[in-house]
Amino acid sequence: MEYKITTRSEMETIELAQNIESEKFPNMIICLNGELGSGKTVFAKGIANGLGIQETITSPTFTIIKEYVGELPLYHMDVYRLDGNVSDIGIEEYYTKGGVVLIEWADSIKDVLPEERLDITFKVIDENKRVLILTPHGKQYEELCEAVI
Amino acid sequence: MDIYALAIESSCDETSVSIIKNGIEEIATIISTQIDIHKEYGGVVPEIASRKHVENITIVIEECLNKAKMTMDSITYIAVTYGPGLIGSLLIGVEAAKTLAFVYKKPIVPVHHIVGHIYANNLVKRLSFPLVALVVSGGHTELVYMEDDYKFKYIGGTLDDAVGECYDKVGRVLNIEYPAGPKLDKMASLGKDTYDLPTPLDDDSYNFSFSGLKSAVINLKHNEEQRGKEINSEDLATSFQNRVVNILVKKTMKALKEYNINNLIVAGGVSANKGLRNKLIEECSKENINLTLPEIRLCTDNAAMIGAASYYAYKLGKVSTLDFEAKANDSF
Repeated sequence: MEYKITTRSEMETIELAQNIESEKFPNMIICLNGELGSGKTVFAKGIANGLGIQETITSPTFTIIKEYVGELPLYHMDVYRLDGNVSDIGIEEYYTKGGVVLIEWADSIKDVLPEERLDITFKVIDENKRVLILTPHGKQYEELCEAVI
Repeated sequence: MDIYALAIESSCDETSVSIIKNGIEEIATIISTQIDIHKEYGGVVPEIASRKHVENITIVIEECLNKAKMTMDSITYIAVTYGPGLIGSLLIGVEAAKTLAFVYKKPIVPVHHIVGHIYANNLVKRLSFPLVALVVSGGHTELVYMEDDYKFKYIGGTLDDAVGECYDKVGRVLNIEYPAGPKLDKMASLGKDTYDLPTPLDDDSYNFSFSGLKSAVINLKHNEEQRGKEINSEDLATSFQNRVVNILVKKTMKALKEYNINNLIVAGGVSANKGLRNKLIEECSKENINLTLPEIRLCTDNAAMIGAASYYAYKLGKVSTLDFEAKANDSF
C-alpha cells in the first residue's frame, strides 16, 4: 500500500507532519528520502513542533544525530555521510529508546532499518510543490496512515 | 607561575594536540588531518574518522610533547573538546585526555568546541570585551555576545542549515569535491554575480536561514539543465557567495550597532573564506570596528584554540572530575 499526498507549500508539509505526530507512539520510526532541498528537514520541524519542542530544529547533517526533549524524545538523524558504515554509531539503539526517530537519507542504510516503519519519499514537483509518498511497513504504520489520510 | 595546557581536539576529522602557555602563547601544535581519506566519500565518514583518531591520538600527543621539548611533568592541566561533534570521534579525545589526567594526576578542563573557535582569536590578539563573535562553520552559524571571558550570550543563529553545510551541499550539486567551501570561495573570486538567487532571511532578527538559498541553487541548476543550458559554475559560485556573505555581514554589523560594541571577532572554519574576510574588513574599517580574524591555519579545527580557551576556564575554576561525558549536540 502506498499513499500519495501533494503539499503546495512548506506550511502544508509541516501540517502533514503535525497530523502524523498526533498519531505518535513510542519507538515510532519514520524514514525520509528525497533529494537535497526536497523538504525532509521541514517535515522534521513539523514533527518537532507537534511534540512541543521549543528548540529550533536545525539540520543534523554535521553531527549525524541530534536529540531533543519533547512529549516524547525526538531523535533526528541524517545518515547521508555514513555512506552505509553504521556499525560504530549504534543507530539501532535509537529504535527502542521510546522516542520518535526520524532518519533522513534512510535508503543509504537499508540493511539496518527496522522492519516496521514508515517510509516517506519526497518528490520535488516545482519550487513549492512536493509529492510525498508514504509507504507503511507493519500494522501500526498502516493504521497510522489510515488515520492521517 | 606559568600555566601550560596540553589540549586535545578530535571532534571531527582532525586529530590535534597543542601546548599553550598562559592562554596566549602557542608552544607547539600538531594537526593530523583526514581530509584526503574523506575526499573519496564526499564528506567525513564518522566510523572511519573515529578509527583514524584511535590510530593517531597517541602519536600526535607524543609528537606535540617532542616538538615543545617538554614532558608531562611540566604540563599544568589537560584540556579537551567534549562536544559538539561526531560522538565516536569526540570519545577518542575525551578518553585520551581522561587517561592522561588520571595517570599523571593533572586537573582536566572540558572545552566546548565553539568556545575554542572563538578563542582562536586570542592567539592573534588578547580578546577585548565586550565583543560580538560571528561563528561560522560546518555545524554552526551563530552570533554570540561576550561581556567578558567565558560569558556568552546567544543572540541569533541558523534556523536550518549551517553556512559551511550549505557550501558543502551546494558543492555536492555542482560536483565539487569535499570540502567544497574553499573551492567555491576560489571560484567565486573568478566569476560574476549574474544569477538571480534569493537573499536569505533578511528580517529584524539575528537569525539566519540558508536552506532556501540551497534549494534555489538546486532548482536553478535543474531548470538550466532542462533547457539544455550549461551552468557557468564560477558565476553561480559568485552569486551564491555574495548572498551568503552579504547577509552574514549585514546582520553582524546590525548586532554591533544595536549592542553598541566595537569589537568583532570571527570564528570557525568558514572564517577562512576570503569573500567573507574581505567584506568584513571593508565594512569594519568604514564603521571603525576593531576586527580580529583568526589566522587561516587556526580557522579549521585544531587543539591550539582549545588550549587558549581552556586557560580562562581553568582560571575560573571550571575544572572537571573524570566522569564528564562527550556530547554530540550540546547547544551553545
